[in-house]
Amino acid sequence: MSIGWAALTPRKSVAFRSPRLPRWRGSLHGSDLGWAIAFIVPYAALFAAFVIYPMGYGLWMGSDPALYAALLADPRYLHAAINTVAFVGLAVNVQMALALLLSGFFARRRWWIKALLVVYILPWTLPAVPAYLSFHWMLVAYPQGLLDNLITALFGIEGPFWFNHGWLALGWDIVADIWKWMPLWTLIFLGGRMAIPQDLYDAADVDGASPYRRFAHITLPLLANLYLVSTLIATIWAFGDYAPVLFVSAGTPAFESEVVSTLGFHYALDFANPELGVAAGLSILPLLIPAVILLIQRLRAMDVQL
Amino acid sequence: MSAAAPSFQPNLRAQARRRRILIETGSFVLGAVILIWSLVPVYNMFLVALDPSGHNEFADAIWPSHPTLGVFADLWQADDEDIRDIWPAFGNSIYIGVMVMTFTVLVASLASFAVGRMRLAKDWTLSGVALLTYAIPASTLIIPFLRIMHIYGLRDNPWAVIAAEVTFATPYAILVLQYYAKFIPSELDDAARIDGASAVQLYLHIYLPLMAPALAAVGTYALLFAWNDYFYQYMLLMSEKHTTVAMALEQFFDDDDAPWNYMMAIAILYSLPPIAIFYGLRRFMASGLTAGGLKG
Repeated sequence: MSIGWAALTPRKSVAFRSPRLPRWRGSLHGSDLGWAIAFIVPYAALFAAFVIYPMGYGLWMGSDPALYAALLADPRYLHAAINTVAFVGLAVNVQMALALLLSGFFARRRWWIKALLVVYILPWTLPAVPAYLSFHWMLVAYPQGLLDNLITALFGIEGPFWFNHGWLALGWDIVADIWKWMPLWTLIFLGGRMAIPQDLYDAADVDGASPYRRFAHITLPLLANLYLVSTLIATIWAFGDYAPVLFVSAGTPAFESEVVSTLGFHYALDFANPELGVAAGLSILPLLIPAVILLIQRLRAMDVQL
Repeated sequence: MSAAAPSFQPNLRAQARRRRILIETGSFVLGAVILIWSLVPVYNMFLVALDPSGHNEFADAIWPSHPTLGVFADLWQADDEDIRDIWPAFGNSIYIGVMVMTFTVLVASLASFAVGRMRLAKDWTLSGVALLTYAIPASTLIIPFLRIMHIYGLRDNPWAVIAAEVTFATPYAILVLQYYAKFIPSELDDAARIDGASAVQLYLHIYLPLMAPALAAVGTYALLFAWNDYFYQYMLLMSEKHTTVAMALEQFFDDDDAPWNYMMAIAILYSLPPIAIFYGLRRFMASGLTAGGLKG
């Protein structure tokens, strides 16, 4: 950061003063401590009222072991659990890997690639509901949705009924999720690439490194931590993301493409069993908590580097 | 140079040229694929919206047969039950979005100042605890939320949505602000302290002005989060006068006989402000986004 800090120097010169004066950044005393606490109170209150209390309430609602027995006995739940793992695993890893590769493409200095980037981030800028509704209408109107029309126009055959099979429907949920979020991660990796000093690549060029070796031995190691943190964040988001499933496939056919978060929703609202809905939501915590702990550890590691 | 290796020099040059052509061709093909991939669902929105009958999706059409912008004009005057309430819905979405933006910036900047600059605690304790919020799936929290909002007296009240959305926008905002704040030298704070500045003056006169780009980034993020959110609005609001645009779109989705061209026209209008903000503030957005990543 080479912003002109000189312009911000205080009016009175303080250079001659002893550096041993009471330090702002030491331990807090008196009114400072009071102010620091006052500054943190709004967030603490929000966190207590809208995270801790509802979470405790949810744990209490879902504390009956019989609920989990009921979940395991429900084939819809087992199906949704498998779907959740498939959805999160595929959507997150495919979009991360593609975003990393595409960030290399978008790092090229060509005017038309810069222009293409402007179009490419469009899905990310769209609100989720209209974007997924468009996917839905493109697919659901068998056999005359836009996608079927395109297939007929290009290949002269009729496209399948996309939402007639659970895996096909879930596949489109995954595609829609990748379509929506890949641009965000591409931008983040692009920023990460831009921060890599050009000298490293120049040195590699002198050594005659191939593009593959430049990627494997410079880009990849330097972006590894960013990639890991981004993947963890995307994983955590994807576990709670109901929108692609709710709006693209809407769980069709017959709950076959539901994920746990949308199924919990149906338990609570459509089957009037809020306790079971909460239990379904809580049942993915064993997968989520390790990701969160790992993320906090990685963020701490980044902190130390800074 | 040509004297040094006359025999294979042209060969090498030809090879390099061939490789360059291959890379350029590959780039163009990849570019074309990216263009189609990015635009097809967006194009579909226009295909449906621009059809006067609203039934293009059933008409074997790849191109709009009689494209018209009449649908957008109709939104102003139509008396259809689904469309009449759309402008108040836009008002509700704007109100919720601006409130969420304001309170997220306020709460997150105060908290990150107390922890990051005043060292109330280690940096990672605040962001770590705050990030735990994201570990709780929205679908788990929403059912207890319904009951708790009742206890708080916020049933069917926009402030329930505002509170929920600020809660979920703030942890990310704190994270970005904390990383960004590290670029402000602590000597500035020390110097102001020696001049007798209080904590409040430091926050107002040093922290907020220097953090302006990061505050703009997290404020925009909060505004977009609230504008784009559907879940909390749908779950926590019921009455017609509180309907937001996202809720109105969902009602179209549920209604089999809804005029889809109007739905897509509303969806396009609803998408325009976020698109304008993203493209208008791209530099700010990028600095906020990468603030956490660059040093990774």
